[in-house]
Amino acid sequence: MGVNKDLSTELSGVKLDNPVIPASGTFGFGYEFTDFYDINILGSISFKGTTKDARYGNPLPRIADCKSGLINAIGLQNPGVDKVISEELPKLRKCFKKPLIANISGFAIDEYVHCCELMDKEEQVEIIEVNISCPNVHNGGMTFGTNPGAAAEVTRAVKAVTTKPVYVKLTPNVTNIVEIAKAVEAAGADGIVLINTLLGMRINLKNKKPVIANKMGGFSGPAIFPVALRMVYQVYEAVKIPIIGVGGIESAEDVIEMMLAGASAVEVGAANLKNPYACKEIIEDLPRAMEKYGIDNLKDIIGAAH
Amino acid sequence: MNKRAKFKIIENVKIAKDVFKMILEGDTKDIKNAGQFINIELESLYLRRPISICNYDDKTVTIIYKVVGKGTEIMAELKAGAELDVLTGLGNGFNLNCQGDKPLLIGGGVGTPPMYRLCKDLLASGKKPTVILGFGSKEDLFFEDEFKKLGVDVYVSTVDGSVGTKGFVTDVMKDLKDYTYFYACGPMVMLKAICGATDVDGQVSLEERMGCGFGACMGCTIKTKDGYRRVCKEGPVFGKESLIWE
Ligand SMILES: Cc1cc2nc3c(=O)[nH]c(=O)nc-3n(C[C@H](O)[C@H](O)[C@H](O)COP(=O)(O)OP(=O)(O)OC[C@H]3O[C@@H](n4cnc5c(N)ncnc54)[C@H](O)[C@@H]3O)c2cc1C
Ligand SMILES: Cc1cc2nc3c(=O)[nH]c(=O)nc-3n(C[C@H](O)[C@H](O)[C@H](O)COP(=O)(O)O)c2cc1C
Ligand code: FES
Repeated sequence: MGVNKDLSTELSGVKLDNPVIPASGTFGFGYEFTDFYDINILGSISFKGTTKDARYGNPLPRIADCKSGLINAIGLQNPGVDKVISEELPKLRKCFKKPLIANISGFAIDEYVHCCELMDKEEQVEIIEVNISCPNVHNGGMTFGTNPGAAAEVTRAVKAVTTKPVYVKLTPNVTNIVEIAKAVEAAGADGIVLINTLLGMRINLKNKKPVIANKMGGFSGPAIFPVALRMVYQVYEAVKIPIIGVGGIESAEDVIEMMLAGASAVEVGAANLKNPYACKEIIEDLPRAMEKYGIDNLKDIIGAAH
Repeated sequence: MNKRAKFKIIENVKIAKDVFKMILEGDTKDIKNAGQFINIELESLYLRRPISICNYDDKTVTIIYKVVGKGTEIMAELKAGAELDVLTGLGNGFNLNCQGDKPLLIGGGVGTPPMYRLCKDLLASGKKPTVILGFGSKEDLFFEDEFKKLGVDVYVSTVDGSVGTKGFVTDVMKDLKDYTYFYACGPMVMLKAICGATDVDGQVSLEERMGCGFGACMGCTIKTKDGYRRVCKEGPVFGKESLIWE
């Protein structure tokens, strides 16, 4: 059972051995996970959101547990793009030999452009993932992702400074995801990543105050899987560029379902925090699940539900 | 390399008001130092719950926890024989290299447990620790006898004075003069007071709300004089000199 299964997939010419990619912000800069397993089993890695300048992020607490997921309000803590390139990526390169996805963020268009220019020079980075969907920072992040004009503007600016495929990561906190997806496609995006977290909150019953210091944060985990799936399905019908499906994935079955909806690859986020072996277990279980559902080649099922 | 294991509960008993002691049996080879913690998966909860290691040997881990919310409520209901999915050996733990040979060990409430293993390890390395345990009231008190059985001097303070010195651990510290170093774990206000009450160097173990417990999510990062540090990975133990009190 499970022999001769083809798990490989492709994102704008970048070949991946399998479609499973840890999602940005839930896998650090990768090397932390070598304590648990050989990360070369992964299709790729989308590393922690990188900004022009170093950021501490939001005050603590910035994590809240929820039914079937969690809220995070990290606020893009990272050492800044220069240190990411000089310190973090060399460490990651030592233990990971496959294509990388650079997740970049900013508060103004020139910051996105700056990060993109630098990541463009990194050989191992084969895809630039432009996060215009972070709900945890003011005057940036998600404000670009909720307006088709602004989303297109960031996309065009970034495209102008790199020859690498640009994937734009969208927020689900909009009324019309298709409109935004079409806008970034028209602006030259090579692919779309769906979805970032849903804006949410929790209140502590004992002190009657929000659990998260920033009050609100991004909700993710298995509870958001149906929302992510629906958005991937809708956007697949409206655009021609490939989609990476993200949101609540925790099993091989979830990967197959997301690909049926139209995803060419998937990212796994929250599941890594609950179970550091999540990605490894999903990859190892895929051949069994493919056998069960009569699939020999994962690429064949992309969008097959339409 | 593998830090996740199934542990079987062999004991789960109440030892003080809302406080339980649990002994778990399983693979402990990744536990290296006193002050490290484990992260426990609980049925029906999404995130794991971090709890300090109180003691361990080749095949068991002892933890002590206080019921404060849903997760610890679930833990208190668990029976011997039940299995838990646990990440072990997390965090840095205490550094046994300390100035002088008379370290003061200070535990407040459920900050006391990691001091137990630390005390044993310091004794084994030839040091002469003294212990201060701070609690709210007599009904909260636990482990005084366990520490005494290790053969060290133990002082207790309670806020209401129902046992030991009335007041805080710092009220006991005032009368102790010849300690050369300190180790502390407990509520933030206590740790801050201790650092302000003494000139000697020391190490404190911090607690922050955690997402992963192993360095992946940046959920627990604090600002220190050495830069941003994850409590779960570079901590939970930090040198007094590196902390910034707000
Ligand atoms: C490294 C570390 C070691 C710890 N060691 C111990 C220990 O030995 N014994 C013990 O009783 N407790 C310990 N804690 C605290 C323990 O993790 C929390 O009490 C527990 O997670 C609460 O879970 P809950 O579901 O019962 O409560 P929840 O319903 O989640 O929350 C109830 C209350 O607990 C607080 N809380 C929740 N999660 C945490 C957290 N991760 N850290 C600190 N406070 C939290 C909240 O502020 C809230 O007021 C430790 C925490 C850390 C980070
Ligand atoms: C702790 C945490 C940090 C995150 N940080 C980032 C980030 O830096 N950049 C980004 O694009 N997305 C970030 N995300 C969003 C995830 O990459 C992912 O899109 C989202 O969590 C949905 O997937 P999930 O349900 O599998 O978690 C973060 C999510 C979590 C839980
Ligand atoms: S809890 Fe995730 S980095 Fe510390």
